Amino acid sequence: MQAKERGSKIIHVDPRYTRTSALADLYVPIRSGTDIAFLGGVINWVLQNERYFREYVCAYTNASHILTDKFQDTEDLDGLFSGLDEPPRVSDSLPSVVMYDRRTWKFEREGNSIKSDPTLQHPRCVFQILKRHFSRYTPEMVESICGAPREKFLEVCRALAENSGRERTTAFAYALGWTQHNTGVQYIRTAAILQLLLGNVGRPGGGIMALRGHANIQGATDIATLYDLLPGYLPMPSALRHEQTLAGYLKNHTKRTGWWVNTPKYVVSLLKAFYGDAATKENDFCFDYLPQISGDHSELPTMFAMKDGAVKGYFVIGQNPASSVQNAELARAAMERLEWMVSIDSFETETASFWNREGVDPSTVGTEVFFIPAATVLEKDGVMVNTNRMLQFHDKALEPQGASKSDAWFLYQLGKKLKALYAGSADAKDRPILNMTWDYEHEDDRERERGEPSVNKIMQEINGYYTATGDQVKGFTELADDGSTAAGGWIYSGVCPDKHTNLARSRTGGSGVSLGWGFAWPANRRLMYNRASADPDGNPWSERKKYIWWDATSGRWTGADVPDFPIEKAPNTPADPNAGGIEAHSGADPFMMQIDGRGALFVNEELQDGPIPVHYEPLASVTPNLLYKQQHNPVLRQWKRRDNPYNGAVNPEYPYVLTTYRITEYSGGMTKHIPWLAELQPAAFCEIDPVLAAEKRIRNGDWATISTAVGEIEVRALVTGRIKLLSIGSGERVHQIGVPYNFGRLGFAHGDTSGDLIPLSMDPNCSIHEAKALTCNIRAGRRPRRDAATDPIDLDVPEKERTSEGKAMLHGTYHDFPHENPTCG
Amino acid sequence: MATGFFTDTTICIGCKACEVACKQWNELPSDGFEFSGDSYDNTGSLSGTTWRHVSFVEQLSPEPAGAEDRWLMMSDVCKHCTHAGCMEACPTGAIIRNEFNNVFVQPDICNGCGYCVVSCPFGVVDLIAKVNEPRHADYNDATLNQEREHTSQTALQGSGGVAAKCTLCYDRQKIGMVPACAKACPTESIQFGEIEELRERASKRVEALQERGLPAYLYGAGNEGSVGDLNAFFLLIDKPEAYNLPAEPVLPSTRQPAGYVSAALTAALLTLLGLAVFKGAK
Repeated sequence: MQAKERGSKIIHVDPRYTRTSALADLYVPIRSGTDIAFLGGVINWVLQNERYFREYVCAYTNASHILTDKFQDTEDLDGLFSGLDEPPRVSDSLPSVVMYDRRTWKFEREGNSIKSDPTLQHPRCVFQILKRHFSRYTPEMVESICGAPREKFLEVCRALAENSGRERTTAFAYALGWTQHNTGVQYIRTAAILQLLLGNVGRPGGGIMALRGHANIQGATDIATLYDLLPGYLPMPSALRHEQTLAGYLKNHTKRTGWWVNTPKYVVSLLKAFYGDAATKENDFCFDYLPQISGDHSELPTMFAMKDGAVKGYFVIGQNPASSVQNAELARAAMERLEWMVSIDSFETETASFWNREGVDPSTVGTEVFFIPAATVLEKDGVMVNTNRMLQFHDKALEPQGASKSDAWFLYQLGKKLKALYAGSADAKDRPILNMTWDYEHEDDRERERGEPSVNKIMQEINGYYTATGDQVKGFTELADDGSTAAGGWIYSGVCPDKHTNLARSRTGGSGVSLGWGFAWPANRRLMYNRASADPDGNPWSERKKYIWWDATSGRWTGADVPDFPIEKAPNTPADPNAGGIEAHSGADPFMMQIDGRGALFVNEELQDGPIPVHYEPLASVTPNLLYKQQHNPVLRQWKRRDNPYNGAVNPEYPYVLTTYRITEYSGGMTKHIPWLAELQPAAFCEIDPVLAAEKRIRNGDWATISTAVGEIEVRALVTGRIKLLSIGSGERVHQIGVPYNFGRLGFAHGDTSGDLIPLSMDPNCSIHEAKALTCNIRAGRRPRRDAATDPIDLDVPEKERTSEGKAMLHGTYHDFPHENPTCG
Repeated sequence: MATGFFTDTTICIGCKACEVACKQWNELPSDGFEFSGDSYDNTGSLSGTTWRHVSFVEQLSPEPAGAEDRWLMMSDVCKHCTHAGCMEACPTGAIIRNEFNNVFVQPDICNGCGYCVVSCPFGVVDLIAKVNEPRHADYNDATLNQEREHTSQTALQGSGGVAAKCTLCYDRQKIGMVPACAKACPTESIQFGEIEELRERASKRVEALQERGLPAYLYGAGNEGSVGDLNAFFLLIDKPEAYNLPAEPVLPSTRQPAGYVSAALTAALLTLLGLAVFKGAK
């Protein structure tokens, strides 16, 4: 609102007219699941009308790089890239997994240099390929795919172009409406390409902002709650990648050029932080203690494996899968197959009481459930990392209620108990537990007595220290690969530069970027790749957008922020392609983390489903793909089982678009336990347009039942003109139905959960589920109840339908797997 | 010194943080969990237990290019009128004007007669059960049901209820704090301050918005009818009725002279009629 008051133009593109739309300058409706077509349309308009920032594109992106002649685009193969063999390559152990062979998505090289054409004219240069690739995303096509009125689409194009360039910048903000798709990663990629073309990356007021779903999602990712990551975006070792030794691992994950040449320093320091004195050069710093992943152990495949009996125990900390995941009944049924489950939460959740639900006789459930009451955020010390990578410390404001304890207490005490149980063991397999550094005793007597660990000590370890003296390192540039330093999360290095300083606590405000407020990783830098805020010669692109520039007199980069560039590397420093690390980049290559120092309009092997984004229809769609023969993402993951049925494409039984979202009043599924919030949105509901409501004889406020192949839910109907009637294709009318996902059986605001409508399917890059673009049907009235006596839930799935992950876990057979390359790091 | 609220509806984002902050600070219970079907407004109106209320006014067509589409949001509150109907009607002196010039109900003096309820031209004041304990500490279904019973209007009639409405966070003001709703408002749609300064700021805002072509005006800052200026006034962009506000709020007492005259006339007429009837009977 402040930006708007200062003259910014706010554009909101959304399937629903929301509170944000009401405050925006321009609202554009869109059919859920078609954002790549929309953004692709903008890219095409920018390229066709020559509205891109040419100097920026030439100097700072890989637009001029030339592809090998083996690369074939979707233009050549009707919606597919080269590398998808006919018949498609599938994995031995996972028959449902189709994969691209990505070796043809490469740049042509001459020795160590990438071939390029600075004039951008070569037919196989990235720029020309991009131009050709997006040429069919015309305004007419955007209108007929997305249902967005053409005039509004063109208004967006013009606004973006007018607000980009030397003098101005445009920012994108997105949330889970972009990520939770079978092509989720490619949604963000499309925005990234557009922002690079417009010159809006690494410059103030530009960028792409991820608005996270929870307060500390960024921190959770940074310090690695994902199964395939170690802290600081280091890949988890994999049994499938020939990296059973430290040398093998480092060979796979150390890049010859760019910042990732430093991988060994971060990995060895991490191992030293994990295993302390036990980690020595001679024993590979205990690298073999680390677990090796043997497949996709993310949430979705694990749920299937659990349902098939391959998972015995389950820790659920601050999450509520029985209510908030997709195919929630599958999750609940899967929990019946567990031997034990530990649920740690501030409220009794649907997960903790999954055994007490409709259609189930609790006496038949054998799972032993432990419910551990958890302290809320106000009742414990901790750090939140928000979406701009800023660490902010928060102190405990009051004592935890009753028997509740902090999550840190639980994990710390669990570790201590495990160590005690294994004490004295000489068995080699027990060494990882015995040698784990686990000394976070609280400085405060009272807290120590209660068993609370010291958050300060944990942060100091994450920051890193010299192993000889115990002194803190001042930043990750001090980390070494010889065991002389330890650091639990290299990207946070610098947050505790000495034993008495914690910059996450600093609260010095001020104008501009407020470097004294909190600590933003890396190195307290607020804007990453900010070298791009100056032109190739090191001068600001304009006075108005001045941010970081080269000061020739002092021979240093300077400006409002911490420069994201070697501080004394002059703009005219030539690249040395034969050198390693960032010496291979010139003084005008801003993107240090990349191999070539350039912003990636085209990615090589990083993504599973294509080097350039493509509009595919969602798995469940109301229309054929109007752009290509290929209907949906050819390499998405799906599980065809009786407990996970799909609606299929263009199924007349499910003629309406279904989308899900959260509402402002709730944070996830837990805040419905707060009466002051629950009274604001007291019941599960759906939002439908007045025309559909009339057709289906659903009155405002009445009950309605929404159905998919997975199941049915009953919700109250909110009939509103905020849900727009869209026309797609040659004028076919599309009705969209919106369902907030926040509800469940418990709390003050009850209701069915949208998770009971949605089958599991998955993006191939980072295993995110599809929850935003689906299909459904709707009718007036309530759904029938399920009776445990007459209609018990069938837990068993026939052997041939079971998923390979579950089988592999049960029988210990691992073969080929998509994760031969690290992806989401 | 007179303090009050300036609520600028053009920057209200409808988050309802004001409603929640008000209930939390003033330890007011929830009003129950009924789905209204009225846009995103499930708390309905101001009441004895809802002292801030955000209304949602949908003015939209389902057509994709709806050029006239608007979703108005407005955080309503007690107006703290210059001539307060509730205060005039109060027979016990429980409703006073405090040192901040805010209209304040003293719960310990209120006898629950309810005259103020019908005398408020805005329908703000309401009766609630007299409860001294904070009621949200151990919330569960049982206490909730009890509360529902307590707060139901039938249970309250003549049973020792007490008039309740926004206190303008008198307790917070006394120690120099901003009222809870204004503090919680993330966009400064609710501004608290000295009334003269707020009016000045508000007129500048109106001018600025009018320059941008918005039909902005102030409600309650131009001596609206007999209630006088409002110490909680609003910047609106549609007619007052669209926000469920009376176009011309009327102080009930202004109708009293006419009422007395008609009562006297009626009495006189009835007397005459009675005399005539008796005369006829003879």
